[in-house]
Amino acid sequence: MYVAALELVDFRSYSHVQIDLRPGVSVLVGRNGQGKTNVVEAIGYLATLGSHRVAADQPLVRHEAERSVIRAAVEREGRRLLLEIEIVPGKSNRARINKSQLPRPRELLGVLRTVMFAPEDLTLVRGDPDSRRGFLDELMMLRTPRLAGVKADYERTLKQRNALLKSAAATRGSFDVTTLAVWNDHLVQLGSELVHERLMLVSDLCAPVRQAYADLAPASGEAELGYKASWTNAAPLADQLSRDQIAAEFRESLARVERDELQRGVTLAGPHRDDLLLRLGDHPAKGYASHGESWSMVLALRLASFALLRMDGDDPVLILDDVFAELDSTRRERLAEMVVDAEQVLVTAAVADDIPATLSGDRFTVEAGQVLSDPAADRGDA
Amino acid sequence: MYEGIVQDLIDELGRLPGVGPKSAQRIAFHLLAAEPSDVLRLAEILREVKAKVRFCRICGNVAESEECRVCLDTRRDLTVICVVEEPKDVVAVERTREFRGRYHVLGGAISPIEGIGPDDLRVKELMTRLADGTVTELILATDPNLEGEATATYLARLVKPMGLTVSRLASGLPVGGDLEYADEITLGRAFEGRRSLEV
Ligand SMILES: Nc1ncnc2c1ncn2[C@@H]1O[C@H](COP(=O)(O)OP(=O)(O)OP(=O)(O)O)[C@@H](O)[C@H]1O
Ligand SMILES: [Mg+2]
Ligand SMILES: [Zn+2]
Repeated sequence: MYVAALELVDFRSYSHVQIDLRPGVSVLVGRNGQGKTNVVEAIGYLATLGSHRVAADQPLVRHEAERSVIRAAVEREGRRLLLEIEIVPGKSNRARINKSQLPRPRELLGVLRTVMFAPEDLTLVRGDPDSRRGFLDELMMLRTPRLAGVKADYERTLKQRNALLKSAAATRGSFDVTTLAVWNDHLVQLGSELVHERLMLVSDLCAPVRQAYADLAPASGEAELGYKASWTNAAPLADQLSRDQIAAEFRESLARVERDELQRGVTLAGPHRDDLLLRLGDHPAKGYASHGESWSMVLALRLASFALLRMDGDDPVLILDDVFAELDSTRRERLAEMVVDAEQVLVTAAVADDIPATLSGDRFTVEAGQVLSDPAADRGDA
Repeated sequence: MYEGIVQDLIDELGRLPGVGPKSAQRIAFHLLAAEPSDVLRLAEILREVKAKVRFCRICGNVAESEECRVCLDTRRDLTVICVVEEPKDVVAVERTREFRGRYHVLGGAISPIEGIGPDDLRVKELMTRLADGTVTELILATDPNLEGEATATYLARLVKPMGLTVSRLASGLPVGGDLEYADEITLGRAFEGRRSLEV
């Protein structure tokens, strides 16, 4: 699939901008702070309903404006779809496909699929577990949009259960046992489905991650993935674990921590506290990997995501936001070779020379809220 | 901010469910501009419903006397109770003409976030109704969202020792929704296809 046109209204620094894009490579070049990342962030938002830079929607709306609109024409399996999302912080967003409104924005998930490489990705190795959970869940939802509903329900159930635990903590343990049992049922049912899907995803990712890491950094050790569950001591977890087995273990662990939970007023076990383990050779990547190795690991995760989504038959749109500046020339060249045959690759860079020659294509100059197509660098086939 | 009573009116309207500050302002100025007789009729009907309409002492549905229209109807089947969250859900179920028993209106759903537990709902009243053994079947028709599901599971667990037939409306209702907004045909089918609840 590819994005054929993009229109932004009051998104980030743009009051209004319209860009026509083609399949193949497009490069956005411009000085720092001119709005390159803003463009690709908008495309990522249409795909994942979230920004790769911020958790809240407010910063996405241009100062002085109340709402943003992101509109894109997406060419998918020979059909053109018009996707649109209206971001209204503090209220519910509205999504449309071909001008008809969807019952909820969530239903837009999976229509446009992207894989984004960005400087922020380094937190996948170095940061807290929540960024790694976010990586797994986002990919899981792009592959199976239905799971966005399961995740939302899990999070809502978790909030309800935490509220109940908090009130129990406040009244020193006087609470309705049956009510807690009910929330446990729902938490276990939704949580076990989430974990089951994550385990299958981790298992699917293992081989492509190992492969991509070996291609990027042949001299360094093997990259391995594992899943660390907060509700069992068994590690690494086998992906053959059935949903029922997961549910049974999860339920047992809730019983073990119940006394603690009633004191502290939070849910202490469940997929919201699990982690994706990244290993290089004999060590966890976090705390051990060098800067270059960390980058190779991150790229391997993204390249593996690309490989998985691609197996469904339609290439996702690849977005490389400012990553070449972070890499040495060998990794630059290797990465470029590995992505160049994707149906569409969008690249941003402050310095054009950072981009390997392999990735030549359409060129845009981003300057002061304008995105101008650069005719001099256009491909000959226009 | 507006002067004294105009702002008071806006504030009062703003406290109604589903009315935000902007709509409250619009409604207030609409009322200010409307014919005095129209506004007085509205005021009168508000006074009248508050004076005349009560909640049925049996089921908690809205009623114009001690008991509601359904509970007063001698042709209704006394062995079945359909549990709903709000009086508006009674209206929705009645529209389907699929149900001939009586109702029990809980007055909401369990939601710890909003501080609503079983004690804040008409759960005790339900247990009292079930005590004499007349009722043999319970249909849990709480909303098809998380809180409605949790409330249904809660009640199913609670009445389990009583050995009643307990069922939940069949899926097919829009998930995450509100019973009130399900159309009659969908809701009717959900009634026909209700499944017994295992807890
Ligand atoms: N909500 C907003 N309203 C107005 N301007 C915004 C908003 N959010 C961000 N900006 C502006 O957008 C600019 C950043 O744009 P962007 O991140 O796309 O830059 P960039 O071209 O990718 O730069 P770099 O090369 O440094 O990565 C900043 O000048 C910032 O002040
Ligand atoms: Mg940038
Ligand atoms: Zn009644």
